Amino acid sequence: MFISIFGAIEAGVIYAIMALGVYLSFRVLDFPDLTVDGSFVTGAAVAAIAITNDVSTVLATTLALITGFIAGSVTGLLNTKGKINPLLSGILMMTALYSINLRIMGQSNIPLLNQSTVFTRLSEIWSGLGIDSALNQGLSAIGASSLPRTWSILIVMLVVTLVIKFITDYYLKTEVGLALRAAGDNEKMIRSFSANTDYLKIMGLGLSNGLVALSGALYAQYVGFADLNMGVGMIVVGLASVIIGESIVGTKSIMRTTFAVILGAILYRIVIALALRSTFLDANDTKLITSVLVILALVIPKLISTHKESKRKRRKRIALQQRAKGEV
Amino acid sequence: MLEVNDISLTFNEGTPDEKQALQDINLKLSKGEFVTVIGSNGAGKSTLMNIISGALLPDVGDVQINEKKVTMMPEYKRSRYIGRVFQDPMAGTSPTMTIEENLALAYSRDKKRSLRPGVNKKRRDFFKTALNSLHLGLEDRLSAKVGLLSGGERQALSLLMATFTNPDILLLDEHTAALDPSRATLITNLTREIVEKTQLTTLMITHNMQQALELGNRLIMMDKGQIILDIAGEEKQALTIEKLLHEFQRIRGEQLGDDRAILG
Ligand SMILES: Nc1ncnc2c1ncn2[C@@H]1O[C@H](COP(=O)(O)OP(=O)(O)O)[C@@H](O)[C@H]1O
Ligand SMILES: [Mg+2]
Repeated sequence: MFISIFGAIEAGVIYAIMALGVYLSFRVLDFPDLTVDGSFVTGAAVAAIAITNDVSTVLATTLALITGFIAGSVTGLLNTKGKINPLLSGILMMTALYSINLRIMGQSNIPLLNQSTVFTRLSEIWSGLGIDSALNQGLSAIGASSLPRTWSILIVMLVVTLVIKFITDYYLKTEVGLALRAAGDNEKMIRSFSANTDYLKIMGLGLSNGLVALSGALYAQYVGFADLNMGVGMIVVGLASVIIGESIVGTKSIMRTTFAVILGAILYRIVIALALRSTFLDANDTKLITSVLVILALVIPKLISTHKESKRKRRKRIALQQRAKGEV
Repeated sequence: MLEVNDISLTFNEGTPDEKQALQDINLKLSKGEFVTVIGSNGAGKSTLMNIISGALLPDVGDVQINEKKVTMMPEYKRSRYIGRVFQDPMAGTSPTMTIEENLALAYSRDKKRSLRPGVNKKRRDFFKTALNSLHLGLEDRLSAKVGLLSGGERQALSLLMATFTNPDILLLDEHTAALDPSRATLITNLTREIVEKTQLTTLMITHNMQQALELGNRLIMMDKGQIILDIAGEEKQALTIEKLLHEFQRIRGEQLGDDRAILG
């Protein structure tokens, strides 16, 4: 139980980078970008092929990010210069990426088990530090029986993800970042303040898919393989993270919303892990559970507010009736 | 300052919906001129403004700003020189962003946008002083989301954002038309104050003849895609609604009275 939740949190923290990317397109640019399903795999594919060709792991991961940026920019070009609607631009790019990803990989699955990845490199450095044994001692002290093999992935990924979060927060408050947000909010207005909205959208989608591809590259190294189909439904996972996080943490400020998105990604993985532990659901049901989660996260807050509203009205009406009776 | 030469534009040419919106328009504004534009609905006023701002490109003719041809310059580049306020109070601001963030967007109009924070201490002070001039207390609500402001407050903020970087030209397209009378008066007064203080070269469309007479130092009237009347200086000061209606009838040989919109 503990181990599967621990694994879910690890994966969740890696997925959170993808979710931040989806936040950029879906919320900031108001652009439901389906490129994500493809660019996540592109990231995994580029990293895997680079690593199996003895490129250093950090460089391989960086290459993945750049390739994702390019893929997202192309979606932006299709939308702004080609005047293709946002959904269709994303679908076209996602479909094209399926073939491109296969071209990159040369086969539909690349194992990375015996390769050195960011995480194997990490655990080499990590094991010397003795943090694991300290943390695990603490865990056994509070009565945990099965202990995680290493804390390195969780802790380092948490740091990486938070750094990306803080960079995103900062970026969205810069002059360029403000213009990017305005492009998603009121395009006509920001054009009247001399911002090139086409350029902003292309760049925004590039950054978004760069993060998605980075997440894909790290995820492939985490699970030890890249697979052509590992991105199927990824956009819905990203949306689930954004929507779940926002409905729990709120969207008062940018900093808060990006935090919400990260928490949403982790919660999403935990919910899936718990659901899969039940006897009647198996791994093939993940996509179904994901969709149901998104639907619930969208519908429940609305139901709650409708309910509250009708309760408020009823209360008022009753109060009025009682007052009327009293006056008679 | 602004020159519009022989501009024509036809929408949907060659279809049953063909509509010649502008015919051979010529207009020259010198620096500091404040021109009010009136004319019945569909006269082509907004179309003319959209051609000046670059939102629409003319079929023929050209537009010059500061002796520089900008006819084909894309809208976003041209907006370095042009401040605009639209009719819809929602159109000129970004609702999910705060007052200070909106001002920062406008502040960058004539500068290259960088990766430095859009709002800093120095700018915040500048924004506060600027907001002060609106007399709406917005300077104490810098971090309120603009979506929470009333239509009048949003339009006042739009006006400030359009003007506080001193653009070469200010374009106002019925920017008080969507507001209730008291808010409209507020925005009209602010417009007068700001233009007087900054001496901006201004083109203001209005559906309200009285407003067109009170504001500005020159008045043009448009009809069916043409400028049919252009009055400046003392002659403009002496103008009354009756005289305007009479002029229209004299030029067009038909009555303007049935068009209620223009009376406002
Ligand atoms: N994008 C457009 N497509 C087709 N016709 C248009 C378009 N914009 C304006 N028109 C037409 O051009 C004429 C002038 O419109 P407009 O400039 O908006 O008038 P005004 O602002 O003076 O009321 C109108 O007949 C209008 O229907
Ligand atoms: Mg109009």
